[in-house]
Amino acid sequence: MQVAVNVPKCVASGQCVLIAPEVFDQRDDDGMVVLLDDSPAPEYHDGVREAALVCPSSAIRLTES
Amino acid sequence: MPVLGHQADGVVTAGVGSVPDRVVVVGASAAGLATAESLRRLGYEGEITLVGNEPHLPYDRPPLSKQILTGELDPDGLLLRGRADLDALGLDLRLGETATGVDLPGRTVTLASGTTVGYDALVVATGARARRLPGTEGVRGVHVLRTLEDALTLRERLRPGRRLVVVGAGFIGAEVAAAARGLGLLVTMLEPAQVPLAHAVGAAVGRTLTRAHRDHGVDLRTGVTVDGVLSRGGEVTGVRLSDGSEVAGQDVVVGIGSRPNTEWLAGSGLPLDDGLVCDEHCMAAPRVYAAGDVARWHNPLFGATMRIEHRTNAAEQGLAVARNLLGARRPFAPVPYFWSDQYDLKIQAYGHLRGHDKVEIVDGDLDSRRFLAAYRNGDHLAGVVAVNTPPKTVRAWRSAIATRQPWSAAVGNTRASA
Repeated sequence: MQVAVNVPKCVASGQCVLIAPEVFDQRDDDGMVVLLDDSPAPEYHDGVREAALVCPSSAIRLTES
Repeated sequence: MPVLGHQADGVVTAGVGSVPDRVVVVGASAAGLATAESLRRLGYEGEITLVGNEPHLPYDRPPLSKQILTGELDPDGLLLRGRADLDALGLDLRLGETATGVDLPGRTVTLASGTTVGYDALVVATGARARRLPGTEGVRGVHVLRTLEDALTLRERLRPGRRLVVVGAGFIGAEVAAAARGLGLLVTMLEPAQVPLAHAVGAAVGRTLTRAHRDHGVDLRTGVTVDGVLSRGGEVTGVRLSDGSEVAGQDVVVGIGSRPNTEWLAGSGLPLDDGLVCDEHCMAAPRVYAAGDVARWHNPLFGATMRIEHRTNAAEQGLAVARNLLGARRPFAPVPYFWSDQYDLKIQAYGHLRGHDKVEIVDGDLDSRRFLAAYRNGDHLAGVVAVNTPPKTVRAWRSAIATRQPWSAAVGNTRASA
């Protein structure tokens, strides 16, 4: 799985960090998404899929391999 | 019927826990699409029909009152999923089709085109629509903001120097006012309450948001009621207030709340009460679920029935419905979340703020416009509103809400660590 984030679309809700903290973080100053791992280990895939689903600005894109 | 292998955490009961052969989802916006997409992700291989009354591919609504108006985002940027991603879901996608009725015993949905679609499980995700001012149909320049067409029509007319009247200082009205000021319009905002949003966020926070409007040159008038619109030759010229005075405007945006789209369910036997009434599993009746703005469900985290019109809830509830359709029987107990961007204010709210007993500013201060307000309900922390607050601080509070911390512990702890 490849993960990409679209920072300009991000609205800093932090939902992804709540669901998959191993893969996503937020910048301290403005809360924008920070991608920690663009090819996360399989045990994190479900969390990443859920984060992409509930992201309120659809700023997370997944490519399943 | 096929039964999925991974429904171990659910209690399987006849007609409820067994996996349906055919799911019909009515409503193709955030909640409906999330339901369909989640079903596939969870391994569901049956038929999924997704019915949407708009002709467009599923799109995102929050930017309609923000970046679409300011031109920062084009309509193409609104699509929730690209065509290829949608195709990969293998849906029977019926766009531009309106559902007009449901027959529970016969398990069919009737569409406006006259066709009927059979289901084993039905998901109602028909959302809500904007309330309108009576007598404004067909008057050019009177707008509501709910659909892409609404937003594009309004965007065309938001030109520097024009006069805009915004009726209602709720979140939609406030976002439109902020966008219009940024585009150089003269904006008058009219609000019946003395303090905008006081019912939702309390008077102190409401006054802070009010000040932001005034500082940015919005002529905000509170405690005034709009009686109707004025027009000449089918074109709006302003509004008339209940005291007889008039406010001139070349455009009028009406942001006075919304109504759930449940009319098509009337007489079906489904329980309707300002939304489709569901239990904690988002189930309205055997084989019938609801998700998104239309669903009024029991949230066990707060012990309250709620209907949430926010983007994040639509997706989370769609996912919850998909799980429960496949037999999980998991209560849907989220911490509601919404955000609003107005001028330089980033407003984030977590929890269930309505009916709160008390508000306390626990971080920052109102005057600096960087603060966090905590909302108490009974002995619990019920929610927070954060304005321009660092994400780690907000997340700590969100977690205190999710774990139902007593008020004294939540407020005391964070203060000690601050």
